[in-house]
Amino acid sequence: MALEQKPPDLEIGPPITGLEGSDDEPIIAITEPLWRIRLRLLWRSFKKNWGLFAENRIGLVGLFVIAIFAVMAIAHPILMATAWGGDNREIYDPVIGYDAVVKEFTVVEEVTDPLSEIELIDARFTNINAQVGDVIEQPQQPASPSSRHLLGTDPLGRDVLSQLMFSTRAAFFLGMVAALVTVFIATTVGSIAAFFRGFVDAFLMRVADLILLMPLIPILIVIGGFWTIELWQLGVIIGILNGFGGVAIVLRSQALAVSVKPFVDAARVAGGSRWHLIFRHVIPNVLPLSFLYMMFGVTEAISLEAILSFFGLLNVEMSWGLMISIAQAEGYLLRGLDVWWLLFPAGLAVTFLAAAFFLVGRAMDEVVNPRLRKR
Amino acid sequence: MLKFIGVRLIQMSLLFLVFLSLLFFLLQAQPGDFSTQFLDPRIPPENRDLIAARFGLDAPLWKQYLTYMGNVLQGDFGVSFQRYPRTVVSVITERLPRTFFLFTFATLLSYYLGFVLGKVLAWRRGGSQEMSITLGGVLLYTVFYPWFALVMIWFFAAYLDLVPVNQFLTPLRWRDAPFSANSVFTSIIWSTLLLSIGLGLALWASRKPDNETQRRLVKWGGVGLTVAVFLAFWMPHEQRTYATDIAHHALLPIFTLALVAFAGVMLITRGSMLETLKEDYILTARAKGLAPKTIRDRHAARNALLPVTTSFVLGLAFIIGGGLITETVFSWPGMGELLLASVLTQDIPVAIGALAMVGALALIAHIIVDVMYVFLDPRIRYQ
Repeated sequence: MALEQKPPDLEIGPPITGLEGSDDEPIIAITEPLWRIRLRLLWRSFKKNWGLFAENRIGLVGLFVIAIFAVMAIAHPILMATAWGGDNREIYDPVIGYDAVVKEFTVVEEVTDPLSEIELIDARFTNINAQVGDVIEQPQQPASPSSRHLLGTDPLGRDVLSQLMFSTRAAFFLGMVAALVTVFIATTVGSIAAFFRGFVDAFLMRVADLILLMPLIPILIVIGGFWTIELWQLGVIIGILNGFGGVAIVLRSQALAVSVKPFVDAARVAGGSRWHLIFRHVIPNVLPLSFLYMMFGVTEAISLEAILSFFGLLNVEMSWGLMISIAQAEGYLLRGLDVWWLLFPAGLAVTFLAAAFFLVGRAMDEVVNPRLRKR
Repeated sequence: MLKFIGVRLIQMSLLFLVFLSLLFFLLQAQPGDFSTQFLDPRIPPENRDLIAARFGLDAPLWKQYLTYMGNVLQGDFGVSFQRYPRTVVSVITERLPRTFFLFTFATLLSYYLGFVLGKVLAWRRGGSQEMSITLGGVLLYTVFYPWFALVMIWFFAAYLDLVPVNQFLTPLRWRDAPFSANSVFTSIIWSTLLLSIGLGLALWASRKPDNETQRRLVKWGGVGLTVAVFLAFWMPHEQRTYATDIAHHALLPIFTLALVAFAGVMLITRGSMLETLKEDYILTARAKGLAPKTIRDRHAARNALLPVTTSFVLGLAFIIGGGLITETVFSWPGMGELLLASVLTQDIPVAIGALAMVGALALIAHIIVDVMYVFLDPRIRYQ
């Protein structure tokens, strides 16, 4: 860790004299409580690391994007309680909302532009006397963006912006669960394997190899066959598969490098138990690298969730992947820019949030790994 | 070295057996079995039992497991439930070349692109160029892949109409084709393999001469000769029109997969180049007054290659996952599509076979990379 071991500016009490007989030099006592010293050290290392992090503009871009999404996630329940609440709830609810935006359609023989034309047979559902060439009023789904629906409505008449914001929360939640589980498992497994070596190491690493052999998507489908996977369970499963696989192997090599450092030997000589050595000396020095993989874990979890719900393999109420899946199922896919609000907001949201966490991870890499720094 | 490879092979085969057992029990433990998925519900129970008995599915699980493992050791992965009379091995051998084709080209393209861009990025550190390339690369790397593939299909196939929308060939043109698609595939794979070997040799030979004009002559002469031989092989070939049909269909999936995968390679190359550039021998090379391009390409980039190779093994999972989505979205009937379909329909023999095949390929790639280390970094020796 990029933590410089400078002595902290300590609060020094008045010199104590007259102790232990005839000492000329006064004893200096530190009156400041230990927790405040620790806190200040932490704050200082944070400031220093932040400086290193902020040097990298790319990392700042990532943080900025994450902040925008966080605002979206927080704003949704507030909006649902105020502007979109009350009677409007039936319109703006991301899952069960419905709004028929009435629009004028020209009745034609053969539809070339479904957004402004309607076939005779469909028009007669609304108006039995409709003729070719008439202009009739008909609810439009999906409706193009308007002041009422800033990002239009989806093929089922639901507000796209509301869906987009609602899904943000789920994406954050899933990412966090997956990342925390990944880091917890990978750090523990990696440190234990590196510290104990021998049989434990060989066994854990073979398990890691085994997990690496499994393609995530089919395995998640198989697991999904056993029970209906909830979002948090998906996070935990991704975390376990990720954390016990590739990330554990990387962290093990880091822990291996740490566990042969002199300070670990010193602690051992001083009589520290194995678990004390692992938890107080090895793991804290592996953690910075773990946090890096935590960021990449968030990226992976967000993409996986979107992919699984895109293929319709996940039991979620609403998510970015599901939004695109619906657009595809209703046949709006190859219409491209004509129905951009169905395809681009959700697709770009997944991409941007995943990329933002990845960028933050990259910038953290430069903080954690001194060899990558500019100076 | 030989001993190392031997030990490694034994380890890998043990690991493979454990992997296979795990797959067997995991897939068998899924709720529902073949009788609920593949049998007409109107079949009376006694006939149902008879069918189960004919497939050996009435035996207890441990017995099934032993039979299965015994058969696998003899190279028999059973029969597919979905495509009943066909064996799993025949289904997989039909699909494998198509995936191999897609996968090899996409990997080569992405590694080439990633390595070249990565070393340039590290060389021109800081500045807006680095920032924009990194941002673009990361966005492509983390892009919501099925969506991206669909946008690519929309743009290149539907909007610009440059390439066909889906599938790996045009069925109409193949209706009275005198040969199977797979035989054409095999010739494409072999000829392009030879082409790339020829190109590699030409580039290698062009490093040898001392002066610049000779080097250029050897380089372009070699490249021209190889391409000429390649064209001379294909132009009069009876399968030519069919081969171009396949190539035409393959363009978009390969390009899409490579675009998504290259950024990972690029970022790793950049990191490893930055570390290499701090080494003393780079300083020495600069002090000697060598041209910057020579330092970058000959001194730094070659030594930065090792972590990139390592990333190949770890990145394999990424490409397999990406291949699975590519094949599904582009309706490319390869292993990935087979894997997804068989897992979804619970065609257990095919699912185990396909997963085992993917696992085996990953293991083989692992060993190849281990051996390649020794050639890339002479400091590494296996005892």
